[in-house]
Amino acid sequence: MRDIEPLSPAQVDALPLPPGRKSFFKKLVQQKTLVFMSVPFLIWLFIFKYMPLWGWTIAFQDFRANRKVFDQHWVGWKHFKFLFQDEHFFLVLRNTLAMSFINLVLGFFTAITLAILLNELRNIAFKRVVQTISYLPHFISWVVAASIISTVLSADGGIINELLMAVGLIKEPILWLGVGKYFWGILGASEVWKNVGWNTIIYLAAITTIDPAQYEAAEIDGAGRFQRIWHVTVPGLKPVFIILLIMNIGSLLESGFEPQYLLGNGMNVDYSENLDIFVLKYGIQMGNFSLSIAAGMFKTVVSFILLFSANHIAKRLGEDRLF
Amino acid sequence: MSKTRSAPVKQYARFKSPSDRLFDAGNITFMLLLVIVTLYPFLNTLAVSFNEAVDSVKGGIYLWPRAFTWENYHYVFNEATIFHATLISVLRTVIGTVASVFCCAMVAYTISRPEYVLRKFVSLAFILTMYFSGGLIPNFLLIRELGMIGTFAVYIIPGLIGVFNIIVIRSFIEALPEGILESARIDGAGEFATFLKVVLPLCIPVLATVSLFSAVGQWNSWFDVFLYNSSYKELSTLQYELMKILQNSNTSLNTGQDFASQFANSESGANRVTPTSIRATMTIVASVPIILVYPFLQKYFVKGMTLGGVKG
Repeated sequence: MRDIEPLSPAQVDALPLPPGRKSFFKKLVQQKTLVFMSVPFLIWLFIFKYMPLWGWTIAFQDFRANRKVFDQHWVGWKHFKFLFQDEHFFLVLRNTLAMSFINLVLGFFTAITLAILLNELRNIAFKRVVQTISYLPHFISWVVAASIISTVLSADGGIINELLMAVGLIKEPILWLGVGKYFWGILGASEVWKNVGWNTIIYLAAITTIDPAQYEAAEIDGAGRFQRIWHVTVPGLKPVFIILLIMNIGSLLESGFEPQYLLGNGMNVDYSENLDIFVLKYGIQMGNFSLSIAAGMFKTVVSFILLFSANHIAKRLGEDRLF
Repeated sequence: MSKTRSAPVKQYARFKSPSDRLFDAGNITFMLLLVIVTLYPFLNTLAVSFNEAVDSVKGGIYLWPRAFTWENYHYVFNEATIFHATLISVLRTVIGTVASVFCCAMVAYTISRPEYVLRKFVSLAFILTMYFSGGLIPNFLLIRELGMIGTFAVYIIPGLIGVFNIIVIRSFIEALPEGILESARIDGAGEFATFLKVVLPLCIPVLATVSLFSAVGQWNSWFDVFLYNSSYKELSTLQYELMKILQNSNTSLNTGQDFASQFANSESGANRVTPTSIRATMTIVASVPIILVYPFLQKYFVKGMTLGGVKG
């Protein structure tokens, strides 16, 4: 075999660039304003979105903050093994899935129902007022919402206790946030209160795309109000419903953080603590970064798998896909 | 043909059967209930905030203050901690929103230009980040390594760009008539001038939506204060102060760490304000700016949501 002589630098420079690359650089220079307008944000993106992924390596180390990056001790899957033998982690996982599931089912059911009912209102001005008011809780912070919710649920003059006592359902006020088993229900109701109006927006938009001729045809066929809703409106909402379902399945492990953190307390912790709070507790409060990141990684990876599986299933069912 | 046939259908639709009327009445009742359930907690908090603190302890305040007073507001606004925290909240909302919306619009503009060579690469790099995140602790370590703990910049820079915002703005720019941008270019305007003087003004509807989302996010956030700046009093925000009061009232054991209980126990505050009345007052202060703004932007954000939901 004959050795290939390496080219001298001068010869390399003299070589013509492949036409694709040449025009690429030429264009890049031509479009330097566009480059200046976007590349700084690519750097931002790299630092704030891609660099943290490097932190995942910490899950495989016994991380000590006072050791240098290359002096950390590598321990393989130790923290993951610990996690999957930890009863506390399974409790947290149970709470996460339970709250997600409750939020998912309640969220869809209430938003679709409200959207259909809003659509049936004949007085447009009244409809608009109701809509505007229903968006309000979505915009306020969870801190404000939690403050309001804990006032409403208070055992000391909270409206819920007063109403229930007035109709004779309970004799003594109940400390709602102090009983663990009520927490999932309270959280589900709070999420509905905060977001149901907001979540109707997309369904109402979908309803406007339904051909009015379908309603007229149904009416001629003698369909009543409920039949028209069931046979025309509900099927018209199906594509949007499927898309949102896929998106929500992808975030099944994201049961939220703020409401649980703000409404949670020592008395309901066995029901309120979810994965995000677990990560915060171990990571920031106890300084066990490795275990905390392992739990966080578990969440991200499972979410990723869920999203792609849901997307794949939707594709096979011939429904609209996300991507 | 179809016109002549549709007229009788419409007349038929105007006729209301008894069951129709019943449905409408039930529906309207339901909507009124919804409005009450949504608004009552706010109105109740408002009433408590305008009621004398000592009187509120007796309970029985519903929609109207029993012993009207401005005292709670007077105390909250005269308390240096809260005044300063409100100032920081306003600053981060204004600076954060303007910076974020401007930067998002700029990136959106570049990736809306079909001739831009990096268009695909930039879009992909941004969109990919929607599907993963480093997570809480890696982000925390990054911010610490960057030396951003205890700075105001930590409220602005890490959340500068929202991918969702870029997608919404890009869709809007792509729907603009191409002729407008062409004529700007024929007039000799550079890319940046075209963006600044032609595209931005045309994008006001979508920018209003994105600004609302961004401003609400900034005004409402407390977690970044908690995580990065909890030991820097001068960078505390209104929501974070309210959160501390809430946390203390939730735990039956009052540690007296938050300003409301310190204040209620202090000489000037004793017997005049209580943690409950201060909490109600601050809840109102923290939500009023939002309540005043969002109804006017309704038509914009409804459009933005629909677009984002379909494309995003």
